[in-house]
Amino acid sequence: MLRVDLSNRETIIAETPEALRRDYLGGRGTAVAMMGKRAALSWDAPEMPLIISTGPLVGTRAPTSGRASVVSRSPLTGTVFDCSVGGRFGTVLKKAGFDTLEITGVSGDWVVLRVENGRAFLESAGPLAGTNTAGVGRALRGSGSWAAVGRSGEKGVRFASIVVDGHYAAGRGGLGAVMGVKRLKAITLKGDGTVAVARPQELQVACEDIMRLLRASPAIFGEFGLSEFGTAALVDLIHARRMEPTGNFRKTFFDGASRYSGYAMKGAYDTRRAGCAGCPILCKKVGRGGAAMPEFETASHFGALNECSDLGTIVEANRICNDYGLDTISAASTIACHAEIEGLRLSPQSLLSLLEDIADRRTPQGEALGEGSYRYALLKGCAQLSMSVKGLELPAYDPRGAYGMALAYATSNRGGCHLRAYPISHEILRKPVATDRFTFEGKARIVKIAEDLNAVVDSLTACKFAFFGAGLEEFAKALTAVTGDVHDIQSLLRIGERIWNLERRVNEGNGIGKDQDDLPARFFDEPGSSSVMTRVPPIDRKAFLSARQNYYQIRGWSDCGCSGDG
Amino acid sequence: MERLIEKYLAKLRQQHLADGERTLFLAVDAELHSNQPCDAEVRALSAVFDRMNISSFLIAEPREPYRTILRELTRTDRPMFPRSQGADGIESITPMDCETRTFFHDIPVLERFTVDNVVMALSRRKSVVVGGERIATYGVVTPEQAFVSFSSTCFSTFVAYFYDSLKYFEACRVREVEAEAEFAGVFDRVCAALSDIAPGEMPCLAGGIPKDEDEVVRRLVEAGKALVQAHLVDSYFGNISYIFDGAAYISQTGSSLDELETCIDRVPLDGTSSVGITASSELSAHTSIYRETGLSAILHGHPKFSVIMSMDCPHRECQRLDCFKSCPEKRSISGIPIVPGEIGRGPTGLMHTVPPAMRDGHGVIVHGHGVFTAGAVDFREPFDRLVEIEERCRKAYFEKIAGLRRPAGQ
Repeated sequence: MLRVDLSNRETIIAETPEALRRDYLGGRGTAVAMMGKRAALSWDAPEMPLIISTGPLVGTRAPTSGRASVVSRSPLTGTVFDCSVGGRFGTVLKKAGFDTLEITGVSGDWVVLRVENGRAFLESAGPLAGTNTAGVGRALRGSGSWAAVGRSGEKGVRFASIVVDGHYAAGRGGLGAVMGVKRLKAITLKGDGTVAVARPQELQVACEDIMRLLRASPAIFGEFGLSEFGTAALVDLIHARRMEPTGNFRKTFFDGASRYSGYAMKGAYDTRRAGCAGCPILCKKVGRGGAAMPEFETASHFGALNECSDLGTIVEANRICNDYGLDTISAASTIACHAEIEGLRLSPQSLLSLLEDIADRRTPQGEALGEGSYRYALLKGCAQLSMSVKGLELPAYDPRGAYGMALAYATSNRGGCHLRAYPISHEILRKPVATDRFTFEGKARIVKIAEDLNAVVDSLTACKFAFFGAGLEEFAKALTAVTGDVHDIQSLLRIGERIWNLERRVNEGNGIGKDQDDLPARFFDEPGSSSVMTRVPPIDRKAFLSARQNYYQIRGWSDCGCSGDG
Repeated sequence: MERLIEKYLAKLRQQHLADGERTLFLAVDAELHSNQPCDAEVRALSAVFDRMNISSFLIAEPREPYRTILRELTRTDRPMFPRSQGADGIESITPMDCETRTFFHDIPVLERFTVDNVVMALSRRKSVVVGGERIATYGVVTPEQAFVSFSSTCFSTFVAYFYDSLKYFEACRVREVEAEAEFAGVFDRVCAALSDIAPGEMPCLAGGIPKDEDEVVRRLVEAGKALVQAHLVDSYFGNISYIFDGAAYISQTGSSLDELETCIDRVPLDGTSSVGITASSELSAHTSIYRETGLSAILHGHPKFSVIMSMDCPHRECQRLDCFKSCPEKRSISGIPIVPGEIGRGPTGLMHTVPPAMRDGHGVIVHGHGVFTAGAVDFREPFDRLVEIEERCRKAYFEKIAGLRRPAGQ
């Protein structure tokens, strides 16, 4: 691994401890374990690490395994926070000779960290400081894979992101602000090494098994799957299921959704496939002129959540967020929260203008909103109108339309996130089997297992979308082939559980526990938008609390949701 | 959870897969639920939940003929049924049908039940044969997964048994030796037991063009139930669609064909909506068939003897291992084309091979996988065609077996 101390301008190359690999795999698991006691520091303390870690499958032919996890303490939620990021960054980091990059300290001036085939050095960021990520990308052309903050990260917006290779982002939780406070403008990577595989023949068989399952999955390679339309394929489906957060979650159905669907984007922008290194799915959609198309969450939140059906405005909002380095979900949700508090219906132009105010902290209102919806709503005396869990704004699946999702939002270690357990997979996409989305029956155990599973996926570091087709059964075979150590489904899930419990203990140490495992009151008090065919009532709070209690019991935690020393 | 256990126990009975007495179905959320009294055995077996992150566990002795088939496939003195050994030392059987290849990979075989060795085997595969007579499996999300894996194991082992038996009789004929008497005796008993799982009276489907969307859905529901009732598919696999008013009405992915009431997607044929993301993985094959043939109703089932006979290639010298993906031969059985093709839209996907082969006979068998049939007006024609194809394949199988077992020269 490579350790970089920005305060002293030191770079140290060290061996990754074998115990870390054995007990936490890599990626998210390894990085969270490396946080240790430093997770109790303030997010902007010089000693707070920003860790970027790859998994054991990165750099091999294992499909969808070219990702990396970025980990630190979130300025937005106060929780330990990881983001899985795509592009080429993880693969090139591994090929440059490092599985993990740990950055501590604060630089006196803005710097760029350059890593190339086993070597690393810091150089002045020069004119890159104050530049947004599109400009950084242009300036770094020829420098290999890169990660950078835009002006939002520089200025400490609490939901600033780290943009990777132009189109990808460590989006959520404000890790861009952590990078910014260290005055680290960018990281560039070059590497042409190879990754050793213990049993190449077995890896080939495992990869064929994975690919056969990916090809059989309608959600991935189907006519309307992610490969064809990107995540925007979900716009029509979530609309049809009447669980599309609309008007800051006051409604769950938006008439104008078809105007920004995957089909609409494809027609209007003539999109083509793009994607991460080593990924056959290529879910990223890029339009004419190289403009990245908004993901489902972005489209839905700048769309329905803000009651805007203008595709051009949504694409522009996405561009602004990418350029400044800003989490699209939190940005759109914070604006929707503001609009509800102030009783506004923002025009497309005022929405975009307000977005830039936030991204650049260029007005007092922009500064206040740059604190995130929870702090903003609290300041305004109506914290209940922040549609967030643990301070992280909820994504574009209304929990009144999927009760497993409701529970998983509440129990998520990083706050209002859909990807910790992703119950949408079975409640909506019918994978691996369909479950009744309007019941909590059985969901506590399903959520627990899925949380552990996704901790493994983020540590491998593979893509969660692959698990709409393949499973740990196949990825365990791939891991065994790559490392030579025998892994199976259950041994991996035990590692996932260890990672989850560690994150929980870290959060408890920072005062985040059962009281924060909850949803905004709106979901228990107000119904969604029902139709003749689909009734969307408020969530029964008693049933929710009972499911949460079951979840604690299944986790082996106390009734108060405490994980103990485990 | 009790409700789900009861539901899938009933399905095991209805589909002649297993009876309740020799079946233990456990499910757990926060509390353990069991279909059997919580005695010492149940308590011992529930230890799997301490060792595995799962939500349900099923272990059952299947009904005949599946039970004898399992015994035969797992006997160590039956060289005609090959087994392989994994790196962990556990032996496996590897049926070559599409379901096994895609979803199971192989099926481990354990000599006896202990929690330790069942946990070890199920930590790497979805189902395991225990003691030559029971199938153990599990669900992570719901008990439905355990039922599906159990049902698929019965299907796959059935196909493997009859296919390998055919190859054995062929080998005996080539070597001019008698088939082993005891093996042949068991084979005859298994064949006799097929009547136990034979479907009853064939259902009669509604005819004519549906008048509105509601009627389309009713027709799909009716046809789905008929496929299951006629044993032309395990309830979970297969798919079905109908073209009406510019849209394909198609069963959703992973839906049970006998429970389609709320599991049908309306997919506009002009592609303007992506709600079809939850449609069957064969949506593209269906829409290509419609485009290629102009027909309106499509059924896709997995009738067992059609699957077995599709794998019976006459080219003994052929060394290809991927004939399920691509095959240069133009094959057929009783005039019904057999084509290669994998599930989904990949370069070797069946959406490329099935539609052109559907033009003439309105019926195609996919190698090791199942049968597609289509009709112009309603589901009567494709249903009858599917029944007919399976019947022809069954007849062809037993005629071939009879020929191989007849003394040479007769």
